[in-house]
Amino acid sequence: MGFFSRFLIPNPSPVIYSSMVAIGVTVLLIIFGLTHFKKWFYLWSGWLTTVDHKRIGIMYLISALLMLFRGGVDAVMMRAQLAVPDNKLLDSQHYNEIFSTHGVVMILFMAMPYIMALMNFVVPLQIGARDVAFPRLNAISFWLFFMGAMLFNISFVIGGSPDAGWSSYFPLAGNEFSPHVGTNYYMIGIQIAGIGTLMTGINFLTTILKMRAPGMTLMKMPMFTWSALVTSIIIIFAFPVLTVALIMGTMDRLFATKFFTMTDGGMDMLWANLFWVWGHPEVYILILPAFGLFSEIIPTFSRRNLYGYRSMVASMVFISIYSFFVWTHHFFTMGQAAYVNSIFSITTMVIAIPTGIKIFNWLFTMWKGRIRFTVPMLYSIGFIPLFTIGGVTGVMLAMSAADYQYHNTMFLVAHFHNVIIPGVVFAVLGAGTYYWPKMFGFMLNERIGKWAFWFLTIGFCLAFFPMYITGLDGQARRIYTYSESSGFGPLNMISFIGAALMAISFVLIVYTIYYSIRHAPRDVVGDDPWDARSLEWATHNPVPEYNFAIIPQVNSRETFWDAKYKGHELFKGDYEKIHMPNNSGGPFIMSCIFFVFGFALVFSIWFLAIIGLIGIFVCMAHRSFEIDHGHYISVEEIKATEAKFGGVNKWK
Amino acid sequence: MKELFPAKQVWGFVFSLILTVVALLVYFFNMSKATGMTIFILTAFIQAAVQLVVFMHARETDDSKSIFMTLYGAIFLALITVFGTILCMIWGWSY
Ligand code: HEM
Ligand SMILES: [Cu+2]
Repeated sequence: MGFFSRFLIPNPSPVIYSSMVAIGVTVLLIIFGLTHFKKWFYLWSGWLTTVDHKRIGIMYLISALLMLFRGGVDAVMMRAQLAVPDNKLLDSQHYNEIFSTHGVVMILFMAMPYIMALMNFVVPLQIGARDVAFPRLNAISFWLFFMGAMLFNISFVIGGSPDAGWSSYFPLAGNEFSPHVGTNYYMIGIQIAGIGTLMTGINFLTTILKMRAPGMTLMKMPMFTWSALVTSIIIIFAFPVLTVALIMGTMDRLFATKFFTMTDGGMDMLWANLFWVWGHPEVYILILPAFGLFSEIIPTFSRRNLYGYRSMVASMVFISIYSFFVWTHHFFTMGQAAYVNSIFSITTMVIAIPTGIKIFNWLFTMWKGRIRFTVPMLYSIGFIPLFTIGGVTGVMLAMSAADYQYHNTMFLVAHFHNVIIPGVVFAVLGAGTYYWPKMFGFMLNERIGKWAFWFLTIGFCLAFFPMYITGLDGQARRIYTYSESSGFGPLNMISFIGAALMAISFVLIVYTIYYSIRHAPRDVVGDDPWDARSLEWATHNPVPEYNFAIIPQVNSRETFWDAKYKGHELFKGDYEKIHMPNNSGGPFIMSCIFFVFGFALVFSIWFLAIIGLIGIFVCMAHRSFEIDHGHYISVEEIKATEAKFGGVNKWK
Repeated sequence: MKELFPAKQVWGFVFSLILTVVALLVYFFNMSKATGMTIFILTAFIQAAVQLVVFMHARETDDSKSIFMTLYGAIFLALITVFGTILCMIWGWSY
C-alpha cells in the first residue's frame, strides 16, 4: 500500500473524482470504438507511424483543440470562482492548481502545437517542397510534445497537479513549499515536450533554408514562411535555456541539489531569471507565426499584395534578436537597482516599434483594397485594434517605476491575454478556417463561424477589459477570492459573463466543424477557394501525399497569383518518379518510453526510470543502424492521382 | 594505410582527456578561487572548441560558414544572458 499511496491526490474533490470517471469512460469508449469499427490498423499505419508533414500537422491541430478545451474549462472555473466575492466554489489549493495548469496548458500545449500545426501543414507547401528536411525527426517532435502534454495532463488524477503558477517560481516550487509531486510533473512534462519543440526548430530552419523550390530566393518567400524561419531561430536559441533551467529544477526536487534554494549557496531568483530568459522569447515564438498568418490572410481578402514586404521582414529579424534583450521586465520588482530596470525598460519599449511598423503595414495593405469579410478576415480585422490595445498596455508595463503598481495584478493578466488572445488565438482560429479546405477538402460553414467570431470577440472584451480597472485598483492575480468591501465584485461578474461567452464561442467552433463535416458540399471547392496568392494553393485540395506532382518554378513573390493572372509558368516538364520517406513506428514507440521514463521520474520509481532510459537509448541505437532508403511513387501512380484531381494546371 | 588512420581524431581524444585531467587538478591541489576558476574557464572553452572542430567536423564541409555564423550568434546571446544575469543579480543588486 505504501507504494501505491503516492499515486493518490493530496486534495481530492468531487470534481476531480468525476473527471477521473469521465477519463476512464472516454478511454474505454475509444478502445471499444477502435475495436468495434476495426480501426486499429488504420490508426497505426495511417497516423501513429506517419512521417507526412500534413498528417503530423493535423495531429497537432487535434491535440491543440483538445488542450484548448481543457484550458478553457480551467479558465471558466476560475472566472466562476471569482464572479462573486467570498465565493466557496473552489478552495485556495484548487484555485492554485487550476491557474497553474491553465497557464501551462494554454501556452505550451495549446498555442504552441496550434502554431506547430500550421507550420507543419503550410510551410512545406508554401516553399514547394515535398516534406520537411527530416520527416522522421518531425514525427519524433510531435510524439514527444504529445507525450509531454499527456504526462502533464494526467497529473490532476494521478498524484496531484502542480500549483506554483505557470512560471513555477522557486522557492515556492521547491520541495519545502511544494512537497507533492505536482511540480515534478511540471518540470518533466515540459522538459519532454520542450525537446520536441527544439527539434522542430532545427527541422524547420533546415527545411526553409535548404528545400525551397527553384527560384524562390529568401526575399521571395511568403511572409508566413519568413515568420516560421525567424521563429525557428528563436526556438533554437531560447529553448536550450528552458531545458537547462528545468534540469536544474528537477535536480533540486529529486536529488536535493541546491541551485534554487535560499540556503547553502543556492539562488532562488536565478530560476525567475532563467525562466524569463526563455519566457520572453517564447512569447515572440507564439506571436511571430501569428503575424505571419495574418500577413497571408489580409492580402488574400483585400485582393492586394502585402504592403511593405521588406519592412515586415526587417522588423521580424530585428524582433528575433531583440527579444533576447528584454527579459528582466518580468521581474522589475525583484530588487535590482533603478538603473538596471531603466536599461530593460528602454529595450522593452523599443521592441514596440517594429511591432507598430507591422500594424501599419497591415492597415496599408487593406487601404483601398476590396475587402471580403470572410471568417479568416474577420479574425484579422478584429486582431488589429485589440492587439494594439494590448501592445499599448505592454508599453505601460514596461515603465519600470509604474510597474511597481501593475505587477502581479489583474492589469498584467489583462495585458497578456490582450496580446495572446487577439494575437495568437485569433490567428490560429482564422488560419484554421482559411486552411481548412486545404487540409480536408471542404469548407467550414461561414455563418456559424461568424457567430463564433462575434461571441469570442465580445466575450473577450467583456472578460478582460474590466481587469485593467480592477488591476489598477489593486486586485492581485493568483488569489482565489476577495472581500465584498473591496468593491471588485461587479467588474468580476462582467468578466465571468465574458468568459461564458467565450466558452459558447468554443462550442460554436466545435459545432461548425461538426456541421461542416456533415453538411458541407464536397468536391466543389476547387483547389483555390479563396482566390489566394501563394504556392500552397497551387496544388490540390486535399493535398496529395507528394504535395506537388512537379516541383514548381518560382520567379516572383506572389507566385500563384502571378501564375493565375500574369501567365507565369509554374509547372514545367514531365512527371518523374518521386522519392518519399517511409513510415516508421520508431518515433511513437520511443516517445511512449519517454512517457514511462518521465512518469517514473515524477514518482521517483528508480528501477522503472533506469529501464526507461535504457529503452530510449536502445531506440536511438536501433535508428542509427537501421537501413531505410524510403520508397518511390511511380509515374503511373502520379498520373492516376493527377487525373483524379484534374491535372497540375487545372486552375489555369 | 596512413589515410585510414584517424590521426586527427585520436589526437583530439588524447588532448580532450588531458584537458579533463587539468580541470580535475583544481580539486586535488589547494589553489585560490581565482586561479581555480581561470583554469576551469580556459579548459572548458578549449574543450568545447576541440569537440566542435575535431569531432563535430565544424570546418570540413562547405556550409561551415553558416555553422560558424550560428555559433557566433549563440556565443553572442549567451554572453548577453550571462552578463545580463550578473547585472541584475550581482552588480545591480540593491537590497
Ligand atoms: C508591445 C509589446 C509588448 C510589451 C512592451 C510588453 C511588455 C510586458 C511587460 C513589461 C510585462 C511584465 C509585467 C509585469 O510582470 O509586471 C509583460 C508580461 C507578459 N507579456 Fe507582454 N509585452 C508586449 C507584447 C507581448 C506579446 C506579443 C505577448 C504574447 C504573445 C506578451 C505576453 C506576455 C505574457 C505572457 C506576460 C506575463 C506572464 C506572467 O507573468 O505570467 N506580451 N509584457
Ligand atoms: Cu516579456
